[in-house]
Amino acid sequence: MIAEAGHFALVIATILALMAGIVPPVGLKRRDMGLIALADSFAVAQFLMVAIAFAALMHGFIVSDFSLKVVAANSHTAKPMLYKVAGTWGNHEGSLLLWVLILTLFASLVSLFGRNLPLTFRARVLSVQALLSLGFLLFILVTSNPFERLSPAPLEGNGLNPLLQDPGLAFHPPMLYLGYVGLSVAFSFAVAALIEREVTPMWARWVRPWTLAAWIFLTGGIALGSWWAYYELGWGGWWFWDPVENASFMPWLAASALLHSAIVVEKRDALKSWTILLAIVAFSFSLLGTFLVRSGVITSVHAFAVDPTRGIFILGFLALVVGASLTLFAMRAPSLAPGGLFGLVSRESALVLNNILLATFAAVVLIGTLYPLFVEAAGGAQISVGAPFFNYAALVLMSPLIVALGLGPLLAWKRGRLSRAARILLPALIVAAVVFVGTVWATAGGYVMSAFGLALGLWLIVSAKLEILQRIRFFEGPMAGLKRLVRLPRAALGMALAHMGLGVLVLAITISETWTSETLTVLSPGETAMAGGYEFTLDKVEPVAGPNYAAVRGTLSVRRDGELVTVLTPEDRTFGDPVMETTEAAIRPLVTGDLYAVIGEAIGPVAADGRWSLRLYFKPAISGLWLGTLMMMAGGLLSLTDRRARVGAAAAREKAA
Amino acid sequence: MAKGLTTRKSQRLVVLTAGLVTLGLATGLVLYALGSDSLSLFVQPSDIAEHDVKPGDRLKLGGLVATGSFHRGDDGVTNIFTVTDCVADVKVSFRGILPDLFREGQGVVTEGTFDTAGLFVADTVLAKHDENYAPPGTMPKNAAACTHPEGVATAAEMAGR
Repeated sequence: MIAEAGHFALVIATILALMAGIVPPVGLKRRDMGLIALADSFAVAQFLMVAIAFAALMHGFIVSDFSLKVVAANSHTAKPMLYKVAGTWGNHEGSLLLWVLILTLFASLVSLFGRNLPLTFRARVLSVQALLSLGFLLFILVTSNPFERLSPAPLEGNGLNPLLQDPGLAFHPPMLYLGYVGLSVAFSFAVAALIEREVTPMWARWVRPWTLAAWIFLTGGIALGSWWAYYELGWGGWWFWDPVENASFMPWLAASALLHSAIVVEKRDALKSWTILLAIVAFSFSLLGTFLVRSGVITSVHAFAVDPTRGIFILGFLALVVGASLTLFAMRAPSLAPGGLFGLVSRESALVLNNILLATFAAVVLIGTLYPLFVEAAGGAQISVGAPFFNYAALVLMSPLIVALGLGPLLAWKRGRLSRAARILLPALIVAAVVFVGTVWATAGGYVMSAFGLALGLWLIVSAKLEILQRIRFFEGPMAGLKRLVRLPRAALGMALAHMGLGVLVLAITISETWTSETLTVLSPGETAMAGGYEFTLDKVEPVAGPNYAAVRGTLSVRRDGELVTVLTPEDRTFGDPVMETTEAAIRPLVTGDLYAVIGEAIGPVAADGRWSLRLYFKPAISGLWLGTLMMMAGGLLSLTDRRARVGAAAAREKAA
Repeated sequence: MAKGLTTRKSQRLVVLTAGLVTLGLATGLVLYALGSDSLSLFVQPSDIAEHDVKPGDRLKLGGLVATGSFHRGDDGVTNIFTVTDCVADVKVSFRGILPDLFREGQGVVTEGTFDTAGLFVADTVLAKHDENYAPPGTMPKNAAACTHPEGVATAAEMAGR
């Protein structure tokens, strides 16, 4: 019964979405305030209905109602409760329902927090948002109904892929979706602005927090996925330029660009049509990502099922949304009033450069991701574009970005002086140069690119610090300076923190990619192998039992110069229902890097003196990846709590009144 | 304003130029990279003859792990097995720990190069992720000729799913 209630709620939500897409625009046409004001109620009602449906599905997973096809296919009574709950979105149907849940949640948040937006504008935003929900709701009802029943109901479910039974991964999809779908708000704002033919600094002030929030979630979602790949897949890698990873990386790049161009609209009333275009493109990338992942065009651990009708539906929806919004853009963008002028050397120019580089990088990733599809569709051979292509593109396009990133914040709006910025950043340049020369010299010229990476990372970190010190006039009087630090706008601190985070990320990538040491070996208990200056001794190998798996656990003691550092216990787990094995890497983060051990199969007969294949790593500076990402997220969060957003809201209220 | 841009036109010009230069650079990069090692062809064993593959060319090779073909090298960490599409066979060697789902009779995608002796030296081996999913390109060309190791289901039935 509960499932039927959920299904019914979903149908009502669809009808509401349809009405929300039609009624307020009709009201706007007829200038009927009553109809326009319905937009808010529709938004909240849609969210409530989808929430009921989602709760009904989650209930099905929690009580293991195997008469539901989705539950039977993806759950199991023996599964720990966390994964039963997470199982709600660990499948195609449920993940789409989560998508719509977040979409309608954001729409109702716009309606709640956007009370100070002009009513007509808010109504337009909400009706665009409702049309997006309508598309997804129809998709769910027509091709992917999560409430489909099975008769007779099986006694036991198929279980969830054990690779996905992991706390990191349980929260990876919701986080990523919050980011993906958060960009829909920027999209709806952009479309509404095009319809109203007006883009104002106030518009940018509204769009920026939404984009920032989406960006923070995207950053977190991508990092969680990456972290999962690092410890769960047991290869020690964390980024593979897999099409599905690219699908989340492209919206991230576009969101990063949008974040920066919205500042120019807000502060200088320039770059308006470009910013609108970016908002459309960023959400289109989100939809494209959904298409790539959900259509089964690209198969990977993320693609739940291959069903051509689903792919065609999403492709059609994608074409409709992107086509319609770009057509609207082409019609309306020329009529947007052009904004302020700026000099060749100015903050605006630096942000334009940022946008050009980020957008180009996104385009290159798009080409690299879709090229194999096009070649195959054109009847050519099956090919794949490998990591070297993307790494090369990242190097060529992101290096100038990072160099400019140090300078940009020190340039004044309208017209800056490069000589002033250069004078302030001299220490950063010296640090970068010394590290570059030192590394090249120490490695006898063997690691020029690594030296370059280190120099770039340090340049960015030191520049961001210098920018803050300059801002608080620290060198004129440290005590007075520190007092000013407290009163600094949070947006300024957030920016510096996020930029420093990127610097830490660059350093961590460079160091871990260059100086990882890997040993592949076969050991009997009692034997020792070396990796990165650490001695790994296999003490014993024993069977252990988990809640829904059996495992072989190796115990390795790791020593450095004879002193015990830590004990690692990698496992090779075998799950029942369905029978599947996973590798559980043992990881111990140290200050300098991670000790990482994976146990493979037994070589020869499994006896007390059996031999086991082992892969041992020392991966320096890996924690810097997570630290850098956290700093970027924290920077975004700081900026999000800036006074400006609230002051802007008050100003908007006055304007509307 | 002594320096900088005084008209909207020249501002637009500079922004456009910068954009075009970057885009040109990126296009060059794409063309350069697509012509080099970054691209790897995805083949099944029987496709190899028609593609004129030279030793050292990077390939992705997909197919089934032939039943009874798996054994380990003397060093204990080199794995040797045959990848088949039930038309042709390719002998593959891989040094490392095989993925958890690596099984004889199951789909696998390997990536690497041929050595001069015709042995495919793989540096990456991907097995299918779970029971519901097999990577495209691992389904045998001549499915009828394949038999499942346990005789539970024939590969033809698997392919028909």
